[in-house]
Amino acid sequence: MKYMILLAGHGTGPTWNQLSDDERAGYMERHHAFGRACAERNGVEIVAGEALDDGSTATTMRTSPSGDVTITDGPFAEATEHIGGFYVLDAPHLDVVLELCRILPPYDIELRPVLEVR
Amino acid sequence: MNDAGAAIDAVWRRDWGRLLAGLAARTRRLDLAEDALGEAFARATERWPVDGVPANPPGWLTTVAHRHVLGRLRAEAVAGRKAPLLVVPDRAPAPDDDAGSAPDAAIADERLRLVFMCCHPALDGASQSALALRLVIGTSTADIARLFLVKEATMAARLTRAKQRIIRTGIPFAVPTDLELRPRLDAVVRTIYLAFTAGYAPGTGADLLRADLAGDAIRLARLFDELVPGDPSVRGLLALCLFQHSRRDARVADGRLVTLREQDRDRWRRDEIAEATSLLRSLPRGDGYGEELRLQAAIAAEHSLASEAASTDWHAIAASYAALERITPSPVVRLNRAVAVAEASGPAAGLALLDGLDDALPASHRLAAVRAELHERLGDRVGAASWWRTSIDRCANDVERDHLRRRLAALDG
Repeated sequence: MKYMILLAGHGTGPTWNQLSDDERAGYMERHHAFGRACAERNGVEIVAGEALDDGSTATTMRTSPSGDVTITDGPFAEATEHIGGFYVLDAPHLDVVLELCRILPPYDIELRPVLEVR
Repeated sequence: MNDAGAAIDAVWRRDWGRLLAGLAARTRRLDLAEDALGEAFARATERWPVDGVPANPPGWLTTVAHRHVLGRLRAEAVAGRKAPLLVVPDRAPAPDDDAGSAPDAAIADERLRLVFMCCHPALDGASQSALALRLVIGTSTADIARLFLVKEATMAARLTRAKQRIIRTGIPFAVPTDLELRPRLDAVVRTIYLAFTAGYAPGTGADLLRADLAGDAIRLARLFDELVPGDPSVRGLLALCLFQHSRRDARVADGRLVTLREQDRDRWRRDEIAEATSLLRSLPRGDGYGEELRLQAAIAAEHSLASEAASTDWHAIAASYAALERITPSPVVRLNRAVAVAEASGPAAGLALLDGLDDALPASHRLAAVRAELHERLGDRVGAASWWRTSIDRCANDVERDHLRRRLAALDG
């Protein structure tokens, strides 16, 4: 099954822009290691994966029940943790995903199964 | 109970978990597997008294249950529905899953898969325990509801949600890899201990002891001790449960609770005590949950090794409770420690340790009963009578409440 892996920074932790060059290199190395581990693992494939620009560049578009659209600057206000990137991973089951995600930098990670819509 | 009834009861206790594990692995439909196995047992209740007990009861049940699943799957296919399936990774190919034909190791393994699936950290704690009791041990939804103090319909809904969550989030029917195994053991140990406690000391209702359920929990603990040999939490749990379970024949007489002090120690199972003692000796001092269980087992050992109640080493027990309280400062531990201290150093010393517990245990019949006992020993009959009455009002177990009433009557007499 496919999983959406949402990568969030700790509310209090440093953002990408606040990391030193060495720390960034360390983070990148862990993403590469994650990619290699996924490639080596039977039945696992990275379907998509991107880093996102920070929340200040986000635009939120809401549609009311009556169909009115409002557009505001900034991310979903409710999110206390800022989503900095994502992967979509095809994997046999949740434990494989959990095991592989240990390789990633110390993010808070939300795993969501992708619904199969027929 | 007639022969058929006894046979159904025995196969339920012994085989429910492995039959369900086999069905779940084979059909990959947790919901259907559970329904079908329940259906098969219902069928057995109708047929066995008439047709006689089959030569291979688990095999009979598996066949009937599997046929039931196939019927449901056909009905779904006709209706054009396609349900998501349980993930069953790396399953060893078995020529035939009918119980009795599969090797023991494979059966044990499938029960372990079932337990680890039920205790997956992606499920909330209360659901883990409830699900393990239902799927692994076959405890009825009504009994689980009583254990968790919720309505049966509420528990049924919680179990259904948990099973759906397993399927939808892709929680596998598998033993975790080494990396994940250690952190997940404590959760499993807690779940097994809860199952044991449910059998050993049902909080409500007419039974004082469900020794069969407690025995099932011990079998699970044994399986785990084999899977992770020497793990302190698992081994401490097994030792503790064996010590407590060894007293089952002496604990209830004529439907009445018999206190540890009054129990006929000749009726304790010496072989189980010997096994528990040797398990306990193999455990080094440690920390965390494993150490909690080790200390509790050490306390149970002191009782088991005393040839009569009067020769119990209460100082050693009080010391173990003090160590336990340092690890887990809980009001229940404090209450038990107070009992031990009262035995070792007198009722006044015990009562002093109970100060301030009322806020933490406002509904505890045990706290009231211990106070009653200690006031009685101090010669304070008025105080004792009042606390016995309080404990009777608070007690939800029928047998235990009768015991408390007799204590009050003895005081008045």
